[in-house]
Amino acid sequence: MAEPAPDVLQRSDDQKIPIKSGKKRWRPQWSAGVALIPAMTITIVCFYGFIIWTFIISLTRSRLLPVYKFTGFDQYVRLFANERWWTAMQNLAIHGFLFIGGCVVFGYLLAILIDRGVKAEGMFRTLFMLPLSMSFIVTGVIWQWVMNPGLGLQEAVRALGWASFEFNWIVRPDRSIYTLAIAGIWQQVGLCMALFLAGLRNIDPNIWKASRVDGIPVWRVYLHIITPMMRTVFFTVFILMSAIVMKAFDLVVALTGGGPGFSSDLPARFVVDHILNRQELGLGAAGAFVLLCTVIAVISPYIYFELKKERGGRGH
Amino acid sequence: MRYNRWALYGLLCLAAIMIMAPVFIMISTSLKSMDEIRNGSIFTLPADPSFAAWSKAWLGDCTQTLGKKCGGLSSSFMTSVQIVIPALILSVGLGAVTGYSLAVWKMKGANVMFAALLVGMFIPPQVTLYPLIIMIRELGIFGSIPGLILVHVIWGVAFTTMMFRNFFKTVPQDLLKAARIDGAGFWALFWHVMLPLSLPILGVAMILQFTYIWNDFLLGLTFGGRSGQPMTVALNNLVGSQFGEKEYNVDMAATMLTALPTLAVYLLSGRLFVRGIAAGAVKG
Repeated sequence: MAEPAPDVLQRSDDQKIPIKSGKKRWRPQWSAGVALIPAMTITIVCFYGFIIWTFIISLTRSRLLPVYKFTGFDQYVRLFANERWWTAMQNLAIHGFLFIGGCVVFGYLLAILIDRGVKAEGMFRTLFMLPLSMSFIVTGVIWQWVMNPGLGLQEAVRALGWASFEFNWIVRPDRSIYTLAIAGIWQQVGLCMALFLAGLRNIDPNIWKASRVDGIPVWRVYLHIITPMMRTVFFTVFILMSAIVMKAFDLVVALTGGGPGFSSDLPARFVVDHILNRQELGLGAAGAFVLLCTVIAVISPYIYFELKKERGGRGH
Repeated sequence: MRYNRWALYGLLCLAAIMIMAPVFIMISTSLKSMDEIRNGSIFTLPADPSFAAWSKAWLGDCTQTLGKKCGGLSSSFMTSVQIVIPALILSVGLGAVTGYSLAVWKMKGANVMFAALLVGMFIPPQVTLYPLIIMIRELGIFGSIPGLILVHVIWGVAFTTMMFRNFFKTVPQDLLKAARIDGAGFWALFWHVMLPLSLPILGVAMILQFTYIWNDFLLGLTFGGRSGQPMTVALNNLVGSQFGEKEYNVDMAATMLTALPTLAVYLLSGRLFVRGIAAGAVKG
């Protein structure tokens, strides 16, 4: 469409269209405006207003309750001097790298396997996406049981005869963060698979015909032709998984409780803990704001492309 | 070529086994006795399957009551149901009306508002948590089911609006024109034209909102208090706070009970779930 379709519903055009309705005074546009009020209130007050409010709290010395005595950026100074915060940020980086990497690699491989044209495709897809329907708490509790060194996987493998087998990461401070990635990948890999599979199905079938004629091996077609064509899908998957990582709270609570010690703590848990349990409202608010800035830094290119795509799609 | 096919199915089956193994372990553990768990492996099938752990998880252990209640999950299950149903209807209804209004009636600033709402989906809930606590407390519904319903509507409306708005954008302009010329106003167009058209997306939004609200933990933990504890919070408390020896079979039965409603919705809804989950993955 070169020109946007003349829009009968727009306010300016409205007078030109004869409407049979006898009630001329109450125009439908007003109903439309009224209908937007609840959502608009939520957006303005509960999203943006509350972000500003949290930012203001982060500039005060609030502890148990908000006190509006401003101390500048003291809470941020305290936050960045806080060892637990840095452990949490470092863990976010490790967990993010492993979780996103694992989801992308395994999700893409599963999508390719399914895309090779298998029977019972629906069954495999349903199984791979099954963990998605469960909550992070359920996932955390299941994996806590599977990975517990006393009666879980470690014992089961030892009982099979491999007596020196060790898998006690969940109780080791230097390894516990990796258990989060295992459980997280297990839950989210199906989503990545579904997104990649949708992308693979959009690939022009002529590419396959041409490559067969040229006798290129299948793996090379995937590696050198298909994968570069899928870059927007990779981008989307990366953004979606990043959003999940940065909000990760439930999983760490249920799986490790942030422990042993604070060895598997994550920023989202740090924030909730300081706001709800530790009476360090100002510090928690500062952490929340830093977390928000991290999210914005990762998400804004995505939002930009989405909006640009939409504007482009409708034609200028 | 034949070997390739075998390898293909082999790898897929291996992946399916690895993904299903934890689910299998959860179910089989929940059917075992504690003796069997202590002396056996997590991979073995229960020798004498029994639902004793399930009934203990559901009803609680009435022989060692600390308070008046036996501490089972049944009351939290009911709490979750009481939260999910109204929150589901309200958030999907509000999203449908808002999405319709934004997509069809194109008022000034509609796109700006939609962008603002879309960005709102990405906001980590932790960032607005404390102000929300104050608001709910001032409204006098903190620690109650109505409070949790309101919070879920607030957090769900961005997602549902996005689903409906993007769908309504695809409705042909000619159809809207025809309806307008026939004299359909705002609500008539919504009820008689747009909503019937949007039934598939309505299904997707319902299924996803059900899953999100049922699976929520942070909001339930923060706003539920003692009386409004949803299932996920109760499960986490049960697993985290048993005295004496941990009863893994009861834990796993409780986990199964928490997972069952969303699992059932997923298995019954099939493709509708898949359609929505990608769109909603960014949600807070």
